Amino acid sequence: MNPVLSVRGLEKRFGAVVAADGLSLDIPAGQKISLIGANGAGKTTFVNMVTGYLRPDGGSILLDGADIGRRSPRSVARLGISRSFQIPQLFVELTAAENLTVAISGVSARMSLKQRAEAQGRGEKAVDLLGRFGLANVADRPVSELAGGVRKLIDIAMALVRRPKLLLLDEPTSGVSAEEKFATMDRVIHAVAPDAATIVFVEHDMEIVSRYADRVVAFYQGRILADGVPSHVLKDHEVRRYVTGGVR
Amino acid sequence: MNFFLTIVLDGLIQASWLFIVALGLTLVFGVLKILNIAHGSFYALGAYIAATAVTMVAARGLPPAIGFVAMLLSVALIASAVGLLLERGLLKMFYGRDEVVLLLVTYAVFLILEDVTKLIWGVNPIYATQPYELFGNLEFAGLYYVGYDLVLIPISAVIGFAIWFGLNRTVIGKIVLAVIHNEEMSVSMGVRVNRVYAIAFAFGVLLAALAGALTAPKISMQPGLSSDVIILSFAIVVIGGLGSIEGAAVGAILVGLARAASVHLMPQAELFVIYLIMAAVLMFRPEGLFKRETARRI
Amino acid sequence: MKKDLHPLVMIALVAAATLFGRALPTWTLSLATVAASNALIALGIVVLARTGNVSFGQGLFFAAGGYGVALIANAWGLTDAVTQVVIGAACGGLLGLVIGPLIARYSGIFFGMLTLALSMVFYGALVKSTMLGGSDGFNVGRPTLFGMSFTDPREADFMLYAVSVIVTGFAGIGATILFRSEFGLASLAVRENNLRAEYLGISANRVISINFLIAAIFAGASGAFALMAQRHIDPQFAYWTTSGEFVFIAVLAGNQSVAAVFVASMALELVRSFSNLYLPNTWQLVLGVFLLGVILFLPRGIGSLWISKRHGRSTSKAALAIEEGAAQ
Repeated sequence: MNPVLSVRGLEKRFGAVVAADGLSLDIPAGQKISLIGANGAGKTTFVNMVTGYLRPDGGSILLDGADIGRRSPRSVARLGISRSFQIPQLFVELTAAENLTVAISGVSARMSLKQRAEAQGRGEKAVDLLGRFGLANVADRPVSELAGGVRKLIDIAMALVRRPKLLLLDEPTSGVSAEEKFATMDRVIHAVAPDAATIVFVEHDMEIVSRYADRVVAFYQGRILADGVPSHVLKDHEVRRYVTGGVR
Repeated sequence: MNFFLTIVLDGLIQASWLFIVALGLTLVFGVLKILNIAHGSFYALGAYIAATAVTMVAARGLPPAIGFVAMLLSVALIASAVGLLLERGLLKMFYGRDEVVLLLVTYAVFLILEDVTKLIWGVNPIYATQPYELFGNLEFAGLYYVGYDLVLIPISAVIGFAIWFGLNRTVIGKIVLAVIHNEEMSVSMGVRVNRVYAIAFAFGVLLAALAGALTAPKISMQPGLSSDVIILSFAIVVIGGLGSIEGAAVGAILVGLARAASVHLMPQAELFVIYLIMAAVLMFRPEGLFKRETARRI
Repeated sequence: MKKDLHPLVMIALVAAATLFGRALPTWTLSLATVAASNALIALGIVVLARTGNVSFGQGLFFAAGGYGVALIANAWGLTDAVTQVVIGAACGGLLGLVIGPLIARYSGIFFGMLTLALSMVFYGALVKSTMLGGSDGFNVGRPTLFGMSFTDPREADFMLYAVSVIVTGFAGIGATILFRSEFGLASLAVRENNLRAEYLGISANRVISINFLIAAIFAGASGAFALMAQRHIDPQFAYWTTSGEFVFIAVLAGNQSVAAVFVASMALELVRSFSNLYLPNTWQLVLGVFLLGVILFLPRGIGSLWISKRHGRSTSKAALAIEEGAAQ
């Protein structure tokens, strides 16, 4: 079966800094793959290029065979890639439900002039989606009043609205307390399950990585250091040296 | 060739007073980060005060040269005082609030000063032409130029140089530059930013008023002067780059030349060509022709 | 959220306001007419401001509407008030359709300055155009309504009042429906965090362009009203102080309530009239002091047009800076 995402020879430089140095990667459908690497290794640049925020200097990005390397974030979103953000990017003045309604309205090409709640049942859909994350009770609270962990979940929920082929999560458990992180990740996986989406998540927390990833890709200085199952990659010498620590 | 020279000279004459006004506006923006909508009102104030001074001197039968000096002195004194009063008394109350709030405050000041000048000097046009004859006339390239107009060119150049020198070569100037570039850092280094604000604002007002005083002998003072000047100087500052002194100079020269060229080549364009340039700059190089140098934030 | 007024209730209010005009003295009638017309254009500014972009150059469309109607009225003798409003709206709308997409991609302060520059370009062109009367402008005849002409000044005033109140009222109802709709929500989203909106598949430029078009249409219609009331058009319609006054009303009103726009506009006209009556040459002084007072004591009313935008921008900028920094 063809991979959902196929990256070949991706390159990106910021002045003298090499963020991507000939990256090549194939991601099959339905896989849960974790990207790890120290800060500056190129993980976020990779995510930014795949989602259209940055234009690669070289190489290609194929989504289901279509080249998306030159497309805008809006265009990439419409083609089926959604992302969440390390620092939740929400519409702070609006309520949780309204945030999701905006996300839902972005799905169709035309926006409705109908009153918010009634517009083709979208209001219900918003609350329903929030419910999948266990957030139905905060639906009508302005996001500005909600805690960081909740905001994180809303941010991810918004990415899910489109039922994307590929979901990119940027540090989904960062900012979440140690006790909460598994519960948070459980909720995310549970909420995504009905759509059987392919998930790529950037993570620094190796416990999360070993628990939830089918496959781990380790980045270092814009290159892929290791690529395989968690138990294998996390024990790799170079990975421990340059990414996770533990080797002196 | 003559034609070309005429346009250049006309343009420079225009640019000379435009530069002084724009300089004041860009200075206030650079230091206080305020776009002072009332800037044109101070130009008008300067012009009106100058007219009054000139008229009073003439009424006493004194020579025009005295009138010229008197108008400059009186404007300098009054404008600085008003500027300081306004900054300390009113603007200070709104520091730290959203930048748009300060814009609205200066707009309110503009409205107030409009009527204040009407109440003091009335709505009929006022003239004060005595100093205009001070420097005689000059024939150049087949045209007659009034000496006064030509003298304004070196005067404004001197003022520009003085400000540049003051900012770059004196201790106080360097402190002001520090505040322009990185206020937070300046505060943590012990700079009394409030003082710098007051000085900068007073200077800005002074420059506007001085420009008004210098042009008073060749224009008619009437309501509407301030709104015409502010929009013009705003265009210049946008073209040159907000907060940049070189920008104010280049912008003023560009606008002066554009105006002069229009007058001779296509009179219908005289007014709109300036704003067309402003729109073009905003579309293709929004930060202006001279981006104010910003240090890289670590 | 406050309980929303049902559209039928709003229509009833508009009808009531119109009929109430019969009871008003003439001076109030003309005052209210001007206030309604100004409220219309200020409403357009509020609509657009909800995307985070404030237009300081609505005078452009205001003048386009006014001159468009004046030229057509004089050339073809079209004096029907309703037709004139439609033509004014169309003139503004046509211009807004062309300009909107061109400037939609500029953010906040540059957007504002661009609209200002464009309106001044128009002003400059009008002042120097001998064909259009230059800075003096020109006159137009009295408006009629559905074939009826009004020789009695009282009836003529009421006709104008009624048309302006009804048109502005319906614009207000339209705006309210817009604010409550999905599109209205998307507009707020674009203001807050336009990058996230893009990531969600929403075209910020399209949202802004559509709001801009609405503002331009309102401004053009308002220009028609101003023309009918003054029976005179001149370049001052496009001058920056004219645009500034409309922004002033919008700022006073804030961006939460359509009704506030009418209140603010009426307040402005009342202040202007009363100070002209008792202390000539002081209405700007009074207005300036009034504005200062509002800024000092009613901070909620002022700045809500802009404050959310700053928050949204700074968090998204910070976030992206961190993300990009992580790539270094």
